[in-house]
Amino acid sequence: MAAEVKPIPNAIPSPHAAEEEDLREHLMFDPRPREEMNRMVMDSMTHTTPRYWIVVGILAVLTAVLLYGVWGYMIFTGIGISGERRPNYWGIFIVSLVFWIGISHAGTFVSAILRVFKAEFRRPFTRAAELMTTFGLAAGALWPLIHLGRVWVFYWMIPYPNARWLWPNFRSPLVWDFMAITTYLLSSTIYLYLPLLPDLAMARDRTKGWRHVVYKFLALGWRGTEAEWFRLRKAINIFAIAIIPVMFSVHTIVSWDFAVAQTGGWNSTIFGPYFIIGAILSGVSAVVTILIILRATLKNMDYFIRLEHIDALGKLLLVFSMAWAYFFFNDYMVSWYGGSEVVRTILTFHASGPSAWIWYVMLLCNVAIPWLTLWSKKLRRTPWLMLIVTLGINVGMYFERYTIIPITLGHQRMPFDWGEYTPRLPEISLALGSLCLFMLLYMLASRFIPMVPVWEVREGQEAHQLRKVGKTVVPSVSELE
Amino acid sequence: MAEETNQGVWGLVIDLNLCTGCNACVTACAMENNIPWVGEEDAGYGRSMSWINMQRYWEGEYPEVSPSYQPVMCQQCGRAPCEPVCPVFATVHSESEQINLQVYNRCIGTRYCANNCPYMARKFNWFDYAYNIPEPMNYYLNPSVTVRRRGVMEKCTFCVQRIHDGQENARAQGRAVIDGEIMTACQQACPADAIIFGDMTDPESQVSQALRSQRKYVLLEELGTQPKVTYLKGEGYYGG
Repeated sequence: MAAEVKPIPNAIPSPHAAEEEDLREHLMFDPRPREEMNRMVMDSMTHTTPRYWIVVGILAVLTAVLLYGVWGYMIFTGIGISGERRPNYWGIFIVSLVFWIGISHAGTFVSAILRVFKAEFRRPFTRAAELMTTFGLAAGALWPLIHLGRVWVFYWMIPYPNARWLWPNFRSPLVWDFMAITTYLLSSTIYLYLPLLPDLAMARDRTKGWRHVVYKFLALGWRGTEAEWFRLRKAINIFAIAIIPVMFSVHTIVSWDFAVAQTGGWNSTIFGPYFIIGAILSGVSAVVTILIILRATLKNMDYFIRLEHIDALGKLLLVFSMAWAYFFFNDYMVSWYGGSEVVRTILTFHASGPSAWIWYVMLLCNVAIPWLTLWSKKLRRTPWLMLIVTLGINVGMYFERYTIIPITLGHQRMPFDWGEYTPRLPEISLALGSLCLFMLLYMLASRFIPMVPVWEVREGQEAHQLRKVGKTVVPSVSELE
Repeated sequence: MAEETNQGVWGLVIDLNLCTGCNACVTACAMENNIPWVGEEDAGYGRSMSWINMQRYWEGEYPEVSPSYQPVMCQQCGRAPCEPVCPVFATVHSESEQINLQVYNRCIGTRYCANNCPYMARKFNWFDYAYNIPEPMNYYLNPSVTVRRRGVMEKCTFCVQRIHDGQENARAQGRAVIDGEIMTACQQACPADAIIFGDMTDPESQVSQALRSQRKYVLLEELGTQPKVTYLKGEGYYGG
């Protein structure tokens, strides 16, 4: 790896100063010396303000009370403190499970798929996206446990040798789910760790005290030799390709929790891809939200994360919003055309029942608002507007899962047993608590893990250069691998 | 246990022509099977634990309305949707009785079985209802039936403890089980004799005779769940 080579851009004395100045808006054409970039990232990690600690403190208290306190109380008294009742046996718990697993998808999507397809704009924010995957899964993996009636025997879902010779039921989607989530958590953590190695080594060389000790341990003795780079690249490439099917399988399996049931409105063959598209839509939105917040709050981030990145992700969002609408339409259209009485009732109930506002907010946030705003370059480059749009998409996606789970469950084949579901305070508290946990983990990590993969950015900046073709200056990217 | 011969296939027939919707079966079932009361608030919220849902439908326009009743309990499906979705084999098919059993000790409370039951026949212990029964009311608990803790699913078992009792008595006396000897609690309590229980493999049993009626139907037949509970259509009532 040519990490020691001077960057080439601006080497050409150019008569096209204005053109070049325009290109400087792109991170890849606005290189800074290696040491300066390293220092900027180190600064962003070590720089904390009282405001930061106040927010971390509040989040820690909220997580402890809203999530662990209420959960402990619920384990002690029973699931009954939630609003669940017959026939809505699943509510906020499973909605939040699907939501967080969905959020965790975009990290891999952004990082692995964009890496495999060599999308250059991914470089500065792969780390932020991968961290989101890991912490999204950390928040999501709690929910299958929270919702259990007897969480203290959750390990019966694991195939472990025991005196009774009892195994889990491999026909049950919940067992598939449990295993898929575990696999994804492990593989995404490794995938986060691999590209982190050079940055940890960079941090190790520039810190003292406890940080130095920890980074030294975590960097696994990385020295930056040619052989190490060669192996790292190979490992990342293998993992990037291998993790894509894992990512697809996880949310497909989550969708099978519903699709393999005979329950009306769940028994839909399109749920697999529909859930994946929904997961990517909500996940990419969350990446944009986080990037905007990082850019505004973390030191030096405005150099690395620029409007061009939010712009590019905005285009992706528009595409996924359209894809989501396509699958949504397919799901409803084919289910309705099937003519089954129970499905017809459910679909009508979604759009006209007492909870219809949820359905309309979902369509507004997932389709109407993105389609009306994201087509415009100017709007895509307005951070506060993108913040609202992306938060809106995640509200919409939460409501999508809410429509699919408790609202659909309330309207099954026996009209006598129709029922409605209203979440109660403990459930809402748990849902907010898991959000606090996610934010807390992310904020702590932002001061501990280099939030920008410096080596990837520099690699990109070296690959990008201006070439003179005739009398014009053409930006070009050279193939590195 | 292998030497046990013909165990029979147990079936229940409910004649809706005779059912008056008096709820005696619901009460008897609760007494027999240690079903706790959940208190006014939770019962109103839709968490009552009774294993039989007395479904009531109104026909006609007010004031010319007439109610029709249909007791719905676990239909003991031959191909039960609840069974494959349980991650820990807590809901299983018993080979000797040919019914679905809920293993309370094994249940971890995912509630997936209840979602997948098209008859909404399953009940969940949202709290430790049975453990909060005040003295001396706890003496009503039937020693033949497990008392369930919070966080587990439960449902009608066709009074499996009574089936076993009857079979053991018969075996002790060296004879076969006589038709009508084994009665479920709901059948025993029904003042109109609308509920018939027995062996469906015996062509002479009351159940088999009732099953030859042209009024018979099973709930949600199109799902192919092969229920062991059969209804006889009531006059003017064509539910199911």
